[in-house]
Amino acid sequence: MSDADSPHDPGVPDDEIPDDEFEPVDVFPESELDLRSGADDCYKCSTCDTNCPVAEVDDEFPGPKFQGPEQWRLKRKDDREIDPSIMDCSNCMRCDNACPSDVPLSQMHNEARAEYVDEQMSKLSVEYWRNRVLANYRKGAWLGSKFPRLTNALANNGPLRKLGEKLFGLTAEREFPAFATQTFREWWAERGGAQVQSEEKRVAYFHGCYANYNTPEVAKAMVRTFEQFGYEIVVPEQGCSGTPMFANGMLDDARRDAATNISSFSELIDEGYDVICSCTSCSMALRQEYPELFTFEGTADVAAHTYEALEYLRIHEDLRGALAGAEVDGDGEDLAYHAPCHARNQGLARQAVELFRDLDGVAVEDVGDSCSGISGTYGWKAEKYEKSMAIGEEMFEEMDEAEGRTGMTECPTCAMQMEHGTGYDIRHPLEILEAALVES
Amino acid sequence: MAIEQEVLVVGGGLAGVTAAVSAARTGADVRLVSYKQPTLRNASGLIDVLGYTPDGEGPLVDPFAALDDLPEGHPYERVGADAVESGLALFDDLTDSTYEGNHTERNALIPTQGGRVKPTARYPASVAAGLASDERDALLVGFERLVGFDAPLSAARLNAAGAPFEARGATVEFPVALSADPKVTRFAHLLDRDEAGEERQEGSVRRALVERVVTHLDGEQRVGFPAVLGDDHPEEVRADLEADLGVDVFEVPMGPPSLPGLRLEDRLYDALDAEGVRIETGNPVVGYEAGADGDRVEAVAVDRSGATVPYAAEQFVLATGGLVGKGIDSDREGVEEPVFDCHVGHPPDRYDWFDDRAFGDHRFARFGVDPDRELRPRNGRGAVEFDNLRAAGAVLGNYDFAAEKSGSGVSLATGFHAGRLAGENT
Repeated sequence: MSDADSPHDPGVPDDEIPDDEFEPVDVFPESELDLRSGADDCYKCSTCDTNCPVAEVDDEFPGPKFQGPEQWRLKRKDDREIDPSIMDCSNCMRCDNACPSDVPLSQMHNEARAEYVDEQMSKLSVEYWRNRVLANYRKGAWLGSKFPRLTNALANNGPLRKLGEKLFGLTAEREFPAFATQTFREWWAERGGAQVQSEEKRVAYFHGCYANYNTPEVAKAMVRTFEQFGYEIVVPEQGCSGTPMFANGMLDDARRDAATNISSFSELIDEGYDVICSCTSCSMALRQEYPELFTFEGTADVAAHTYEALEYLRIHEDLRGALAGAEVDGDGEDLAYHAPCHARNQGLARQAVELFRDLDGVAVEDVGDSCSGISGTYGWKAEKYEKSMAIGEEMFEEMDEAEGRTGMTECPTCAMQMEHGTGYDIRHPLEILEAALVES
Repeated sequence: MAIEQEVLVVGGGLAGVTAAVSAARTGADVRLVSYKQPTLRNASGLIDVLGYTPDGEGPLVDPFAALDDLPEGHPYERVGADAVESGLALFDDLTDSTYEGNHTERNALIPTQGGRVKPTARYPASVAAGLASDERDALLVGFERLVGFDAPLSAARLNAAGAPFEARGATVEFPVALSADPKVTRFAHLLDRDEAGEERQEGSVRRALVERVVTHLDGEQRVGFPAVLGDDHPEEVRADLEADLGVDVFEVPMGPPSLPGLRLEDRLYDALDAEGVRIETGNPVVGYEAGADGDRVEAVAVDRSGATVPYAAEQFVLATGGLVGKGIDSDREGVEEPVFDCHVGHPPDRYDWFDDRAFGDHRFARFGVDPDRELRPRNGRGAVEFDNLRAAGAVLGNYDFAAEKSGSGVSLATGFHAGRLAGENT
């Protein structure tokens, strides 16, 4: 504890602070966020820097230690601007997990990035609007999913993609993810909502944008698996979790959607529901970024009641027992599993491997602790594409060496990158769980 | 409670890993939980047992000969010499040919980055050719931009300390263009891949490095580099440099983040996996639930963004580290062990916690829990706090690992002992 934290600490002997010399000062006049103790906790061991996937491939990137505590300290001077290199941070948040001293690095990065975008980035630039559109993927997806076949055809038209790169800075190297012909929410309404009622076992599903518009099969697997265990599911109104907005410094957009989500889900928590996510970046946002960045009523409550889907079943059900007696039909599928960085920070990096170790019919192989490199919208930017692929190289190589020719991960954009780099089909652990436990 | 094990180890450093493997080898079902990425990468990779006595005598030639004279309550006194040897034997088994020193009970003297020598019981194979007892002259090579290893200064200090050989230092520019302040892993990975992958550098990085070093060689039979010679393929990097230079090559251990520490971490975590230990990293253990009569721990509470999830087990091992690792915490009021609130003896007046001299006898360095001979922490009256809780590593008190050079040895000995007893009591 620093002296500045507690100028009136009654435990301080009177003789230690001469009355005439000590003047308590407000060290955070311009900000409601108290990041001072975070900066003070950094003892410069540089472990975060050696964990940073961007610094690993880009020697010019100053690394998380600079972007966090050092930049924060420099900013105490009025004449200092945020270093533009903050936009090269991909928000993978691995530095948080690496820090032995609990410095809130990603929180500092989110703050610095938002300040840079607010005050230093031109609102007339292509970069700003490109980033804004990427960050607000949900809005485009909503429109695109109204005409999925047309959108899919247009999005992957070669000349159009080239034009997108030239005019808008979106890489032409990637194929756009296909929109489902029926969204998850449409399916949910069509089946008449929950099929199981329960007073005790109730979960509210935060499906996020991707499982709704692009991979409803993941969301359906969540629903069927949880219903198999006797859970009543609700699918409330929700916005984007905010993950792509944090990563692009669009905190106002993120705040808008967070307000919707927190109000919607905290009401359900009062009725006995826990919040379940199938995307580990969504659960990360609700659990860590919301309480770090927002002060809406119910924020802490939502954070404390949010779980990733498998994690929730591991905690509340005898999942190990259920899987020990189960098997997946087929010829012993080998799965090359990549743990998303955001899963790592929630303590989930090993759970899929641990869980499926004893399941007959599948063999799961962990392809190591490297970052996939796409980091949501990052790898979609033309100027970041090569960096994104260089980061992913280690994972591609490990996948190539793995037995299986099918990949597995919880994160939709890691899945995109895995498919893009190897050509493998990518599955979600919930789909494997459904195959093992739910009778079709 | 769905998350349930026979043995639960809290903490992922050397003591925690050793305890987990030791428990798993009794046949127990083991889970290891740690808050953050393991801190082994912050350690030098050297495995010391006892370099100096608590009175400051040393460097000791034979650490085992000094164990009998340690004061009551010292972790080695608690577990006995057998556990020290068993802990080292377990380490030897896990590290196999990547470590040396097990041919003798005597300490080796290893030159460090600052030109000092450290007495140590086991050392990475990569530092073996650098032993200070070796009488062959040595060339130390540092890299521009790699702060933390000043080769000429290091050599001068070795000579001044009376090393039985002549050391010389030279600084070369690393053969790949780098930023002003590159990460240590950057050097290691460039040497691993052996190609810079950019237009600024053609061909083999290792060979280019040799070309820069060879001009400085003046008859020395061994060359020491800062410990950044590879992360994934250190043997290959060293072998290539040795072949091309025509001399032995060794690494000089560096401060954090440390490549020898990273390599050891990788190896030990692979071993955990192979033993079937369930590993979980990312959430802190913040408390516990006791049984009805209060003498057993039923579960520990793992914090997940504000929710606490119980992890049940029959036996628990506390290996959360000391003051630096935050296994022992302090504020102006007192010193505590934050997970189980085990008793940590300390003077009431915090001005008695330290000595005014920087290298004086600091009480804080010996703060920690006070265990019985089964390593179960005891309360202030000397009674065991919980029947099924044992402690290992730096969370233990009554020893000053920094002054004694005993940190790794205590972690291995107490980790082995606590893990085995935990496993046997399931």
